[in-house]
Amino acid sequence: MSGATTKTSYREALRAAMREALKADPRVFLMGEDVGRYGGAYAVSLGLIEEFGPERIRDTPLSESAFVGAGIGAALGGMRPIVEIMTVNFSLLALDQILNTAATIRHMSGGQFSVPVVIRMATGAGRQLAAQHSHSLENWYAHIPGLRVVAPATIEDARGMLTTALTCPDPVVIFEHATLYNLEGELASDAGAVDIERAAIRRTGRDLTLITYGGSLPKCIEAANILAAEGIEAEVLDLRSLRPLDDDAIFASVRRTRRFVVVDEGWRSGSLAGEIIARVIETAFYDLDAVPARVCSEEVPIPYAKHLEDAALPQVDKIVRAVKTVMGRG
Amino acid sequence: MSDGTPLDREHALQLLHGMLRIRRFEEKCAELYGQLKIRGFLHLYIGEEAIAVGVMRALNSEDAIVATYREHGHALARGIPMPAVMAEMYGKASGCSHGRGGSMHLFDAQRRFYGGNAIVGGGLPLAVGLALADKLLSRPRVTICLFGEGAAAEGEFHESLNLASLWRLPVLFLCENNLYAMGTSLARSAAETDLHIKATAYHMPGSVVDGMDVVAIEDAAQRAVAEVRAGGGPQLLEIRTYRFRAHSMFDPERYRDKAEVEARKKEGGPLTRFIARGKRERWFDEPDIEALERTIAAEIQASVDFAETSDWEPVADLARDVYTPWDRP
Repeated sequence: MSGATTKTSYREALRAAMREALKADPRVFLMGEDVGRYGGAYAVSLGLIEEFGPERIRDTPLSESAFVGAGIGAALGGMRPIVEIMTVNFSLLALDQILNTAATIRHMSGGQFSVPVVIRMATGAGRQLAAQHSHSLENWYAHIPGLRVVAPATIEDARGMLTTALTCPDPVVIFEHATLYNLEGELASDAGAVDIERAAIRRTGRDLTLITYGGSLPKCIEAANILAAEGIEAEVLDLRSLRPLDDDAIFASVRRTRRFVVVDEGWRSGSLAGEIIARVIETAFYDLDAVPARVCSEEVPIPYAKHLEDAALPQVDKIVRAVKTVMGRG
Repeated sequence: MSDGTPLDREHALQLLHGMLRIRRFEEKCAELYGQLKIRGFLHLYIGEEAIAVGVMRALNSEDAIVATYREHGHALARGIPMPAVMAEMYGKASGCSHGRGGSMHLFDAQRRFYGGNAIVGGGLPLAVGLALADKLLSRPRVTICLFGEGAAAEGEFHESLNLASLWRLPVLFLCENNLYAMGTSLARSAAETDLHIKATAYHMPGSVVDGMDVVAIEDAAQRAVAEVRAGGGPQLLEIRTYRFRAHSMFDPERYRDKAEVEARKKEGGPLTRFIARGKRERWFDEPDIEALERTIAAEIQASVDFAETSDWEPVADLARDVYTPWDRP
């Protein structure tokens, strides 16, 4: 590593990863609604159509099922498609193709076919976009055997996860939290591929583990800093991969700190947070010193009004309170 | 029409053999289902055999097939060996999907046979993608996509035809219109029952052919495949057929009169009609048919024996092939 860094946004890091992949492999192409002339709904692919042309930066009609299915078919046919779905909300229109074809065809065919497609989509709330544009449905996808599901929460992961995903012979779904696109930070000039199966400790601490991913990571870091001022040292574990879950990293951290809180923007019922708590209870129950807790979204469609949206989502103060309760300092 | 099409004896015998083979195979499957050897859903193609036989002759080994859950005939006509298909019906490890798929999910990578899809309309986007890959890689291949008339009511039909036409992809959409989506007749479910004219809305050629006439089907498929392969863009071919049997083995057929089925049988299915014509045109005669029947019976018996004696996949391998072995960077 040269040591040189460049100030980069999450959005630019994603774009750099796509540009590198398009240059490196003629089988790679990007397809989705408004990825070309518009430059991407979140401007992730801005400028790529000028550089790579409309064949490889392919605007599609508003036909989620057809273009996601076409990405799956093109992958079966030897290409390495990156399919962008504008938001997770629209991905429901393509769920049939993702679940019934992409995730099943290898097993259902007795191992004859693999689907090396990468599906990127924006997810999450926090921008007053109301009930239909604010879902966090990562757990739906993480429920499905045959898929890999990742959630880059840092500039480095935005830059590196796509590169690795494109080497994977199976479908990889990448969730980009919409509030992270403007995140800025220093990125090593030689940043590249990163692992996409392991969790990462983003902050070390001895008293408790905050387990989180995606758009909730910055909130957890902020909460941990507030807690540190009050003498509670929280470890922050970024899951990074939602399927498979990195059980080893989760258990190792929890066994060290003996207490944990899961922060997950999905609704509480049937959440990934619930799954993680279940796994820890099944495996490391006797290593715990306290009942775990979770901070999830309230069980309401996400409302438009700012104060109501804020109240519906995991927030720093809620995380701080949950930690204090688990620490017996509530 | 196709009645004028000259056919030599060899060609005619191949068509007859192809259709008889599927018919007898499926009759055996129905029998084995009654014996609980075959389980799950079993959808018979009886009455529709001319389509698979006629269409597959228009393809070469590099072309791709996306089929439906009623695909035993497609698989056999494409050349997937009958023992591998029968073993798949049994759920044996020697089956063409290693016992993971069953009747509805026959696959064969070597023959570019992409299933066997139990989601009505689900195969259309996949076919569009396979054709997109061929176009991007400049390969002179054609993808054919078979689906029933029920799929024409799905959004994926409309999305896929539009996308294929917009990008001028080498895909031939083949609608096997047997008039019933399970128990719902086309007349009760479609405002426009002339399905081929829907192609016009997507700026592609659409045509219709008699699904009971194997010669006409082969002619139409040869012509369409050649045009698609030449870069003319996608086409929609509606093939009007009739399902003589129930939708699946669970179907009591409350939705149609027995008299209707009998009347259609009396009109003649693809086999009856082709046999009558073949004798009339002196392409073949009764001894030829008897010889084919003997060959087919032996092939079916060998396939049943193969399936019976094949091994079950060990339960220890249950989770194999959920993911592909991956050389991580």
